[in-house]
Amino acid sequence: MTRPDLPSSDITPERTYLDRRAFLAAAGVVGAGLLGARALSARAPDGQGPAQQDSLGKPYGLQPYDRPTPYEDVTTYNNFYEFGTGKDDPAKNAGTLKPKPWTVKVEGLVAKPGNFQLEDFLKPSKVEDRIYRMRCVEAWSMVIPWRGIMLADVIKRAQPTAAAKFVEFTTLLDEKQMPGQRYPSLDWPYNEGLRLDEAMHPLTMLATGVYGKDLPNQNGAPLRLVVPWKYGFKGIKSIVRIRLTATMPKTAWSTAIPGEYGFYANVNPAVDHPRWSQASERRIGVFRRIPTLPFNGYADQVASLYSGMDLRRNY
Amino acid sequence: MAALGGLERQPRGFGVALIALSLVPAAWITYAVIGDLFYGTRHLGTDPVKLAEHLFGSWTLRFLLATLAVTPLRRMTGWNWLAKHRRTLGLITFGYVTLHLLTWALLDVQIGISELVGWDDIATDIFKRPFITIGMLGFVLMVPLAVTSTKKMIARLGKNWRKLHRLIYVIAVLGVIHFWMAVKLDIREPAIYGFILALLLGWRWRDARRSAAIREAATP
Repeated sequence: MTRPDLPSSDITPERTYLDRRAFLAAAGVVGAGLLGARALSARAPDGQGPAQQDSLGKPYGLQPYDRPTPYEDVTTYNNFYEFGTGKDDPAKNAGTLKPKPWTVKVEGLVAKPGNFQLEDFLKPSKVEDRIYRMRCVEAWSMVIPWRGIMLADVIKRAQPTAAAKFVEFTTLLDEKQMPGQRYPSLDWPYNEGLRLDEAMHPLTMLATGVYGKDLPNQNGAPLRLVVPWKYGFKGIKSIVRIRLTATMPKTAWSTAIPGEYGFYANVNPAVDHPRWSQASERRIGVFRRIPTLPFNGYADQVASLYSGMDLRRNY
Repeated sequence: MAALGGLERQPRGFGVALIALSLVPAAWITYAVIGDLFYGTRHLGTDPVKLAEHLFGSWTLRFLLATLAVTPLRRMTGWNWLAKHRRTLGLITFGYVTLHLLTWALLDVQIGISELVGWDDIATDIFKRPFITIGMLGFVLMVPLAVTSTKKMIARLGKNWRKLHRLIYVIAVLGVIHFWMAVKLDIREPAIYGFILALLLGWRWRDARRSAAIREAATP
């Protein structure tokens, strides 16, 4: 059995993925209110200065004006069509989901497939708290303190074969637990995919919590994907299966509306969604628009994964 | 329909009550969004701007359908006094669509507020994004209807007034299509508006055919 044939250049050393500006913000050098990103309501993360931010986790790629989005907003404003298509539906309806006990299947082109109890699946990996930016394809964004493990860790343990090029993720399929699946808005179950090098990237997480607590059901309990340089819909929730494949997996949104949503879904201010501009975004809890950054602010860490690719065509 | 008696004549204060009630949603949404944005309240949830925009849009369609329902309702019930309130409902519809447009332009897209959005972006939105093109067309077509809603204009335009105001059917269709295109996959809500509109248009069509037949029969 060989190791996944990943060129070592694809693995970014920690030193470079700690964004310099995030570092400054964490060090408390840069104050709030830059770029007119002034919070206008009391719901703004009041007093969550750099110090508090640090206690929530290590900031990655944050801009000087980025503040963690309040817990209440993170957990009541969700796109999780399995529980309804309104933003507040998941928080209202996700009580039917039973995230415990939970099993995760790892299969496909791996030397060590398995069917794991979630606890056993997580046990060998180091749990980290990381603050990431999150940009939804609908042009709103948040800053979220995630808790979780590195996807690369899980994949390495499964030992992908040389033929493995992609990773496919699948959400639970169960109309009783996920009543939204009775309505054929998407082709259930939700599925997503990454190229193997994207999946192995040190920024790619499997989250089990937010704000240091277990994931609430509406946020994708008990296990969800977090890929901070991609639009939020790539972050598949309530994962039951991870499969290594040789061909590009089908993904839920690009199957439903191929003209609007692609496989890559990298955050890109230069490529508009057919129905709206992606050049700027509205940060939840902040009135003024902020600029959308290439790769959501993680270009230094991930742009090299796509060198030579036409990002306008591979949207 | 005399069984529904007591309403052959307009109840006292109906006009004022209609206007007052129609303004309640607008007043509430405006109060809520201002409170949420500037005074830290949480009436409209996590994204008050988007919700206010959507609510104003939904109320536009509701009042538009209510306007179109006046004549069928009047015919079925014989409450002819309803006719004069059609114009009121039409103007209220125009008020809601204006609030919908203003919320989109000023709070959502932030024209003239955000340095990140220029007029060229707005032009792109309006001309290159079909659901916005259709919505904007609906709004533009409503302007002449609103402007010609005064008694003076009705008198001045004579027969042409009726012709001009038939545009309301086109506008209603545009409004429902705009909503349909704006939602992603869950078309249940726009489908309800579409269904009601189809019923109202179907009634019109049957009514027009029937009066044409009567006219024909009456011709010697």
